[in-house]
Amino acid sequence: MDYDFNFAVIWRNWDLLASGLGLGLFLAVVSIAIGCVIGLVAAFGMLSKHRVLRWLSLSYVSAIRNTPILVLILFTYFALPQLGVALEKIPSFILTLSLYAGAYLSEVFRAGLVAQPKGLREAGLAIGLTELKIRAYIIVPVMLRNVLPSLSNNFISLFKDTSLAAAIAVPDLTFYARKINVESFRVIETWMVASLIYVATCYAIAAVLRRLERRLAIPR
Amino acid sequence: MTPVLKITDLHKSFGDVKVLTGIDLTVQKGDVVSLIGSSGSGKTTLLRCVNLLEEFERGTIEIAGEAIGYREEGGRRRRLPERQIARQRAMTGMAFQQFNLFPHMTALKNVMLGLVKTKKLGQDEARAIAEKWLDRVGMIERKDHFPGQLSGGQQQRVAIARAIAMNPQLMLFDEVTSSLDPELVQEVLAVVRDLAADGMTMLIVTHEMRFARDVSTKVVFMDQGRIAEEGPPEAVFGAPKSERLAGFLANSEI
Ligand SMILES: Nc1ncnc2c1ncn2[C@@H]1O[C@H](COP(=O)(O)OP(=O)(O)OP(=O)(O)O)[C@@H](O)[C@H]1O
Ligand SMILES: [Mg+2]
Repeated sequence: MDYDFNFAVIWRNWDLLASGLGLGLFLAVVSIAIGCVIGLVAAFGMLSKHRVLRWLSLSYVSAIRNTPILVLILFTYFALPQLGVALEKIPSFILTLSLYAGAYLSEVFRAGLVAQPKGLREAGLAIGLTELKIRAYIIVPVMLRNVLPSLSNNFISLFKDTSLAAAIAVPDLTFYARKINVESFRVIETWMVASLIYVATCYAIAAVLRRLERRLAIPR
Repeated sequence: MTPVLKITDLHKSFGDVKVLTGIDLTVQKGDVVSLIGSSGSGKTTLLRCVNLLEEFERGTIEIAGEAIGYREEGGRRRRLPERQIARQRAMTGMAFQQFNLFPHMTALKNVMLGLVKTKKLGQDEARAIAEKWLDRVGMIERKDHFPGQLSGGQQQRVAIARAIAMNPQLMLFDEVTSSLDPELVQEVLAVVRDLAADGMTMLIVTHEMRFARDVSTKVVFMDQGRIAEEGPPEAVFGAPKSERLAGFLANSEI
């Protein structure tokens, strides 16, 4: 193969790529934060003794998990406005990604809650705590620390999924890569660099999260 | 004087299985009552009813004169609302076989949690009380350790401090040494002895017969969900009246 690599056009546009990367990280962080809240509510819903709550949570989780995320993104952005809920691109994407994250995290949280020994709750009851306080101070903090590794994996997946935001023209890394590609015709260079940026970022996130996991883990 | 604990005609089933069939028991202030009996006789269930961790179908439990768990309403028996149950639970303290310390908190924070969140004490006051009790059970030097960094005996001593710091009227101990390695049993029993000597009212489920004999003011022998025999330790251990008790004692190490 005798191809002349030329990265000049890409270096010239590094600021676009950087801002796209920054936006992707921002989207992932906001979505996982909201997704954690949704996931917790859904996890408790799935374990609730009230049938309606169980049914609602399970429906939400299975609906989201059985729909391709690209379809969810397009639905929220293009179909919801027809139903009277019009959102800007970025809020629309955050809504989708949060709901998506919430569905997957609810499974992680549910498993974490089920795995907890019931003695913890009883010890909380025995010192006069109400169910709500037991959840707030004991059950949820212990569960979150136990599921940190799954949480990290979910975050990395979610960060990669932000590349789908380009489908509704959210200016993330993939969006700018495509723009540079179209304008420069440096197909190989553009997508090579974009891939490498994703790989390096995922590595960096993983390293940071592993340190965080160690810091937050329950000491033994 | 109003007894600290008065149980009248207590009945409890799990589905079709009758586990407690008419328990009557009175515990006066300063009493140390040991509950003994073979496995499955209902000792744990009795303690859990007193701590309102289990519901019961019939009978009453009074703590310091207050009927707990249920109220009569137009001839119907109703479970009290959660807040009230929580308040009544705090009148008794419970130490569990498995310690059940909160793994994400230091020993100190374990003891402080109930003081701050149930009793609504300020941080400083809660810390002072927690440290006093951790000192009392010999754990003050380890107050910043997490449960996972402590031995079973140390964890159990922290768990006892956590319960007692709430200043309960009655302490419930459910086989607090059963999941400990033999060499760790004595350090926990010493703490219980110390509290008993100090006049703490307690109800103790134990398989340590020598300990029950030494520490108790009254020993209660449970058999198939009933109290089969009760009395001062010398009588229960020295001159058992029923064959069941004699048989049980013969099979237990003293
Ligand atoms: N949650 C439950 N559901 C159904 N049955 C139960 C439950 N808890 C206890 N039981 C049954 O109730 C009976 C009394 O149990 P309990 O734990 O009170 O006995 P125990 O005297 O504490 O025994 P041990 O000395 O083994 O601890 C047993 O037959 C037990 O199988
Ligand atoms: Mg038991």
